[in-house]
Amino acid sequence: MSSASSTATKPAASSADRPGTRKALRHHRLAETFTAWSLAGPALVLLVVLFFLPVFAIFAIALTDWQFGASTLSFVGFGNFKEVFADEGFRASLVNTILYVTIVVPGTIILGLVIALLIESGKSFRAFYRAIHFLPFMATLTAMAIAWEALLHPTIGLVNQTLTGLGLPTANWLRDENTVLPALAMIGIWQNLGYAMVLFLAGLKSIPQDLYDAADIDGADLWLDRLRTVTLPMLGPVTMFVFIVVALKAFETFDTVQVLTQGGPGHASEMLLFTLYRESFEYLRTGYGASVAVVFLSIVVALTLIQARVMDKKVHYQ
Amino acid sequence: MSTPHSQGLSAPSAVMRHCVLLITGALILVPFVWMVSLSIKPPGEIFRASFSFWPQQFYGIENYTRALTEAPLPQYMLNGVFVCTMIVVLQIAVCAPAAYALAKLDFPGKNLLFAMVLIALILPHEVLSLPLFILGYQIGILNTYAALILPFVVSPFGIFLFRQFFKTIPDDVIHAARLDGLSELAIVWRIMVPMALPAIIAFAIFSVVSHWNSLFWPLIAVRDQSLMPPPLGIMAFKNEEAGNDYGPLMAASTIVVAPLIIAFLSAQRWFVEGLTGGAVK
Amino acid sequence: MAEISIRNVTKSFQATSVLREVSLNIADGEFLTLLGPSGCGKSTLLRILAGLEVQTGGSVAIGERIVDGVRPKRRDVAMVFQSYALYPHMTVAQNMALPLRMRRLSSWQRLPLLGRFMPGTTATTAEIERDVTRTAKALGIGHLLARKPGQLSGGQRQRVAVGRAMVREPAVFLMDEPLSNLDAKLRVQMRAEIKELHNRLGVTFVYVTHDQAEAMTMSDRVAVMLDGELLQVAPPQQIYADPDDRRVAEFIGSPKINMLEGKVLEAGLANMAGAAFSVPVQVASGTTITIGIRPEAFHVVDSHGLNVLTGSVRMVEHMGSDLFVHLDVPGTDHPVIARLLAERAPQIVSGQTLHLGVKPERLLLFSADGRRLRPEDHAGATVLRMKEHVQ
Repeated sequence: MSSASSTATKPAASSADRPGTRKALRHHRLAETFTAWSLAGPALVLLVVLFFLPVFAIFAIALTDWQFGASTLSFVGFGNFKEVFADEGFRASLVNTILYVTIVVPGTIILGLVIALLIESGKSFRAFYRAIHFLPFMATLTAMAIAWEALLHPTIGLVNQTLTGLGLPTANWLRDENTVLPALAMIGIWQNLGYAMVLFLAGLKSIPQDLYDAADIDGADLWLDRLRTVTLPMLGPVTMFVFIVVALKAFETFDTVQVLTQGGPGHASEMLLFTLYRESFEYLRTGYGASVAVVFLSIVVALTLIQARVMDKKVHYQ
Repeated sequence: MSTPHSQGLSAPSAVMRHCVLLITGALILVPFVWMVSLSIKPPGEIFRASFSFWPQQFYGIENYTRALTEAPLPQYMLNGVFVCTMIVVLQIAVCAPAAYALAKLDFPGKNLLFAMVLIALILPHEVLSLPLFILGYQIGILNTYAALILPFVVSPFGIFLFRQFFKTIPDDVIHAARLDGLSELAIVWRIMVPMALPAIIAFAIFSVVSHWNSLFWPLIAVRDQSLMPPPLGIMAFKNEEAGNDYGPLMAASTIVVAPLIIAFLSAQRWFVEGLTGGAVK
Repeated sequence: MAEISIRNVTKSFQATSVLREVSLNIADGEFLTLLGPSGCGKSTLLRILAGLEVQTGGSVAIGERIVDGVRPKRRDVAMVFQSYALYPHMTVAQNMALPLRMRRLSSWQRLPLLGRFMPGTTATTAEIERDVTRTAKALGIGHLLARKPGQLSGGQRQRVAVGRAMVREPAVFLMDEPLSNLDAKLRVQMRAEIKELHNRLGVTFVYVTHDQAEAMTMSDRVAVMLDGELLQVAPPQQIYADPDDRRVAEFIGSPKINMLEGKVLEAGLANMAGAAFSVPVQVASGTTITIGIRPEAFHVVDSHGLNVLTGSVRMVEHMGSDLFVHLDVPGTDHPVIARLLAERAPQIVSGQTLHLGVKPERLLLFSADGRRLRPEDHAGATVLRMKEHVQ
């Protein structure tokens, strides 16, 4: 047995030892490396220039007092961050963003899940309902924000007209500091729930029919029992994923603030990206803007890492 | 509910399902309907405090004419088409070869490169805008088409998506192509990309939709009206004069939103796949 | 008592008819296998028994009770699925406890947090836990109770699936290809275990498979299905040796039975592939019949004669204990395959001429429309006999 295997491997080993073979092998590897890097080269250069240098730059700028256009700058350490967190405007912006996210995420997930469950529970008009509910997600938000402004207009808007018709109190939704954030959140939910719905639909589709059959035979045959025994647990991983993705999208809200409120009234609807934009590009407080960017980046990266952890843990669901 | 799952819903439940979905669907559509409705109404009717979808006096021609003539809306649309096309073509040109190298070749530095792609995938583009703005200023491309296109020519998502798809193509296909005398670049364009067409299309839709709709970077990169893509243009139109002149403004909004909606309705499955791409699997 | 009675059950999906007038009685405690190729309707029939699918016509009774329109839960049946259908988010113990919880606890008692404060919940839960543990021990999976299905091997999952069915002590076990996801070795082992389980529990088993080895080794009776029809229901040995229908003969046995076209010359003799065969059936001379000869029915003889096929050897396959000889016989479309015992067969090489003899009682005769023609019968009587058999 052992002698047979040694005679089998010996010729191979000796041929690899031959200088010619080794050279050919090395040449082959070198050629592959060269090909690979010339194929990936443009992407690599662009990744470095457009992603990695800017990220390092943003950290560097955040530590200086540089103002765009100024010829001098000095190192201020964490001075910008101190200023950022002492700034009432930024604190309001951060609180608003978190508040906005805590409204939009559950709203989007619950509505998206309910609609997905309803669509999947029957067979007719599935594509039709899916299309309607998905529409806002891909419509240009800047343009739709203008439509929303008209809807929420204090006198001629449909919302207030309807409320008046029903004898309910009305509001100047986008100009009242108590209602502006919920109003923006409503637009956020309107925009994202179709996305959540589509992800849930995919999740529902991947639940094997056998599990429902088994539940029927085991006696979990009422709608609520099936939901609790099979549907919801099987949607667990998808739900976690939707949670993070929608949270990321909500954190990155900019268009509606820019078009509808400019952060007002006061700071009532200021959110992180809008602050980042205004400080960096309107007030040209470059160092300050960079610090806001770093704070924003930390939140996004944290959320993404949580997602990666959770998705890794999903294995036992297979 | 007592009937087995495969038999579908009982009649009352089916009716309930349609009722609820029709109501939520109608609510979802309200902004679209309102937008179109206002775009065909004369100012007098818009400011009347009563609602009807169809105007008493059809004012659509006037509103749409004003939208198309008072603001350079056709120019905005053309800008949008040009910028989105350039971005998606360049992205595929840059990403497909890199994805092929990552999926099918073995070379030192491969893991590092892939790690870079994954890190870049996490970075929200808005965070990079300040340094990119400074970079654009330094090389003098601010306020040009190049400023709108350049930051997006490499897409980490594209590389990642293509790599995943290329990995599912059997190695033997590549070996056969090499034996047939194809160069590595030819393998990328004549074997891998055609075989991965579903992924390419999904990515293209994702890219076009997100850049057609994007406001943040164009707001920073260009000032000239003649360069503005649709979202920025329509915002300028609103700020500039339309203010409360809802008719033309809604007409302009409708024109900006329409192309994607029509494309979506005619290729629903592709859009859903593209916009949730990779997310599901 | 749970005998099952299936009366004229039909099932169609839109225009396609999946089951046509299937009638079958299954005795209490019997192990009956539904055998057929995929798409023959056997799984649909099982799902109708389970109540997962509703028949288009006909009626099913389990025990004394007609169960048409009765929910699966109330039928006193348990089912083991091909994919096992274990709930991936529950532990083995929770998987096995679910059918008991659903039956023994009220919906108030099953409420997530409040449930445990309802009167009687604790006692019932403890009782369920005892039953689960007892069943798990009996199946040798007692040590796996805290694991989740994702952490188990295929064989272990299979046992859990059986355990979930067993724990509620149903009157009927339904099994839908439960072994087809296992590797060959494990399949043989589980085959024996399931058979043993049947002997121990003594309840009715209805087992669906496309694998004839499983059907032949485990069943009291096999029901062969094709294109939505029951072709024959009989003990395994009879299915093999005494098929009612040409399609049954062709489905059972490996290598496949040889089917040769022939013409009846005179009473008791038929001509086929240049040879004369004794056919002890009364059919008019000139009638076309098919003669089926199982590969293992052949033996080598020295010369041509009555009941002997002669041809040239195309190929010999050595299978160890057996030889498969492919013989080109003039006047036939396909080579005739013979399975010979290696130690008894002489040295056979390709190209040589070989004479293969068959004992007349091992000839299976079929009429042109596929019905079995039995010795001593004439054609009319055969039809009557077949009818009796199906009833």
